Amino acid sequence: MLLELKDITKKYGDFKANDQVSFSLNKQEIHAIVGENGAGKTTLMRMLYGMEKPTSGDIFINGKKQNIDNPNIAIELGIGMVHQHFMLFPPFTIAENVVFHHEPKKGWRYDRKKAADEVAQLAEKFGMKINPLDIAGDAPVGIQQRVEILKVLYQGADVIILDEPTAVLTPLEVKELLVSLRELVKMGKSIILITHKLNEVMEIADRVTVLRDGKVTGTLTTKDTNPEELSRLMVGRELKNNPLPSIEKGNEILSIKNIEMTSKKSGKTLLDDVTLQVRQGEIVGIAGVSGNGQSELIQAITGLAPVNKGSVTLNGADMTNRSVKQIRDQGLSHIPEDRYLWGAAKEANLVDNMMMTDYAKPAFQKAGVLKLKEIRRYVAESVKKFNVKTTSIDTSAQFLSGGNLQKLIAAREIQKNTPFLLAAEPTRGVDIGAMEFIHEQLIEKRNNGDAVLLISSELSEILALSDRVFVMYEGKIVGEFDHQNASEEKLSILMAGGNNE
Amino acid sequence: MESLFDLSLINSTLRMMAPLLLAGLGGAICSRVGVFNVGLDGLMLMGAFLGVAANAYTHNVWLAILIAVIGTTIFSALYAYMTINLQANMIVTGIAINFLSIGITTFALRTIFDVQGAYYNNEMQGLPTWEIPVIDQIPLLGNLLSGQSPIVYLGILCTIVMYFFFKKSVAGSHFDAVGINPIAAKSQGIKVKRIQYQAVLISGVLCALAGAQLSLGQVTMFSENMTAGRGFIALVATMLGQSNPIGVFLSSGLFGFTEAISIRLQGLNVPTNFTLMLPYVITILAMFIFKDKTQLSALKNSAGSSR
Repeated sequence: MLLELKDITKKYGDFKANDQVSFSLNKQEIHAIVGENGAGKTTLMRMLYGMEKPTSGDIFINGKKQNIDNPNIAIELGIGMVHQHFMLFPPFTIAENVVFHHEPKKGWRYDRKKAADEVAQLAEKFGMKINPLDIAGDAPVGIQQRVEILKVLYQGADVIILDEPTAVLTPLEVKELLVSLRELVKMGKSIILITHKLNEVMEIADRVTVLRDGKVTGTLTTKDTNPEELSRLMVGRELKNNPLPSIEKGNEILSIKNIEMTSKKSGKTLLDDVTLQVRQGEIVGIAGVSGNGQSELIQAITGLAPVNKGSVTLNGADMTNRSVKQIRDQGLSHIPEDRYLWGAAKEANLVDNMMMTDYAKPAFQKAGVLKLKEIRRYVAESVKKFNVKTTSIDTSAQFLSGGNLQKLIAAREIQKNTPFLLAAEPTRGVDIGAMEFIHEQLIEKRNNGDAVLLISSELSEILALSDRVFVMYEGKIVGEFDHQNASEEKLSILMAGGNNE
Repeated sequence: MESLFDLSLINSTLRMMAPLLLAGLGGAICSRVGVFNVGLDGLMLMGAFLGVAANAYTHNVWLAILIAVIGTTIFSALYAYMTINLQANMIVTGIAINFLSIGITTFALRTIFDVQGAYYNNEMQGLPTWEIPVIDQIPLLGNLLSGQSPIVYLGILCTIVMYFFFKKSVAGSHFDAVGINPIAAKSQGIKVKRIQYQAVLISGVLCALAGAQLSLGQVTMFSENMTAGRGFIALVATMLGQSNPIGVFLSSGLFGFTEAISIRLQGLNVPTNFTLMLPYVITILAMFIFKDKTQLSALKNSAGSSR
């Protein structure tokens, strides 16, 4: 056994982030750790990597008990970690990032040529395509992740911890990553994979350990289990299958007619003659590989970018190229695709984040003076209802995990009770329990007779929730399906630019 | 016009720019590690005062400069401690440092030397001017470059050293890394705080030299608030030069040149008020034209540190 964690407990005050957790890793094994947000996966790995100290319990490496006080010791012991949020220096080249703090030197001088050569060799050895002289910040996310993995390899790691590596990747990049991981195992490395995507676990892991509320609820061999069993162990109950009850569709709430948008920088057409409607009591899904005009469509509807042609009608009024506030007042709520960029003020606390678009409502202010008591009551209630895990509502938003922040934003936008909700990647990075909850909320909104436009790169989400599905490819609508007629195969072909005839 | 532009103008430009250059380089090394050092002016003033004060007692200009450097570096450690350890807002702390040094130097001037406004003493030894042996003999270049105070040459030397430090050395790359992404640097085992301290202390040394050039190089006296905002112009030189040593050299050269020109213009019956305004007008114009990304990220850090 290469590595063993025995009865690890980590307490923060009275709260047990990890409770008697045991975990082992064999050589050339991929061992996945799954669990919901806040189940204690990352805490466990931070202790293994020396960023936190266990309250009790022991860590054995190659059978020897080790005291890992800081990351430098972990690195010396051959443990490397690829963080969920990349630890890169964007203006540096890829090679400079990989060799950082272990730079080859010629006297006092930084031997950049040798660095580039070594990185190129390393990349070739492990079958990862990169150009060492490219600027890291300009590289796509998938490449940046390879840089992170190479960095760990350059430091001589035998055990690689990957913290939710696929959360930020496109489906194609995920495939490439899984291929690379297999390659690494073949070359003698061992991998700990933290994730909550069960299909990836089933595809690549040898064993899987499930955590719930800081405790291990099972360590299973992937061959002998299935996603249903894993999700039961993760959530602690059967997942509900949310049906879409058929209900009467009402009036058109959102109507987009022939809109076009071109890039100011390159003059490239970003949206090309897009027409679609969303009616009351309907969820309309937009499927597509990200970067095919979905972001631009969101910006056109929400007023974040002007369209060159066409019209956007919301709730009976022409909202083409109006201001965000006008459109929101007309009945838009919006779960943005990038929660950090558009969705939240990281430094502000949960109260301010929840009130961002609601503070002016009569329920929360009188003559310009905020009703703080009322506001705090409302925020505390929402946080409880949407199960946002936080120590207090005065915590600043940046200290929430990504999934919990997403729940907070979903709470803010769904509870507005507007006639139209634009939900862009509403469950990105959230665990299956929260995903189930957000899906329930979207369906409930639809059943109440509101209109929902759902934009998601997760096909399963689109297929499960949408009354109608549009497929976008290169800024155009290339297909439309009813709930009954939509299937993963049909959508995938159109998403890749093919056609079904 | 002939008396306005001649070769000795370049000579006086070099003299005028030296304090701006040194302080600007200090600002640059701070901004490269993500510290927005607004206290340059205060550090310079401290250096100028300590230089004169030590000179008055020791009558030795070299010892005076040494004392100025040591004292100002200790003073800059105060700034480092407040911004790096206590995470105080960099801009507010920098402004506090500036006012503190005005207060301390004015107070010390009155209590130690019992004068108000300015202190001057015949026994004080000013900085010598150095004739560079070989260059001195070259007809044109000799006039241009030779006959400056050692601190002027030191400024040029510092520019070159710092250029190679950032361009070629591993340590320089670590300095940059700390400025770009301190969390990532820390995760790779870099001692972020130590590097930020080093940068601030180096800026203390450079500002002390800049101040000494003001009080012992151009004149041999100290007057209250004698930097007259030069630390801020140096800060602009840092921004304008994109925190790059060569860039800082060129931009402080521009400011030194306008300062030299404005002195010439006074001789040509141009109103003094107008000529005194010139360097500052150029500074504002320059700020419109150039923007500095590294400085912006240092500013962002400083906003974060206000938490």
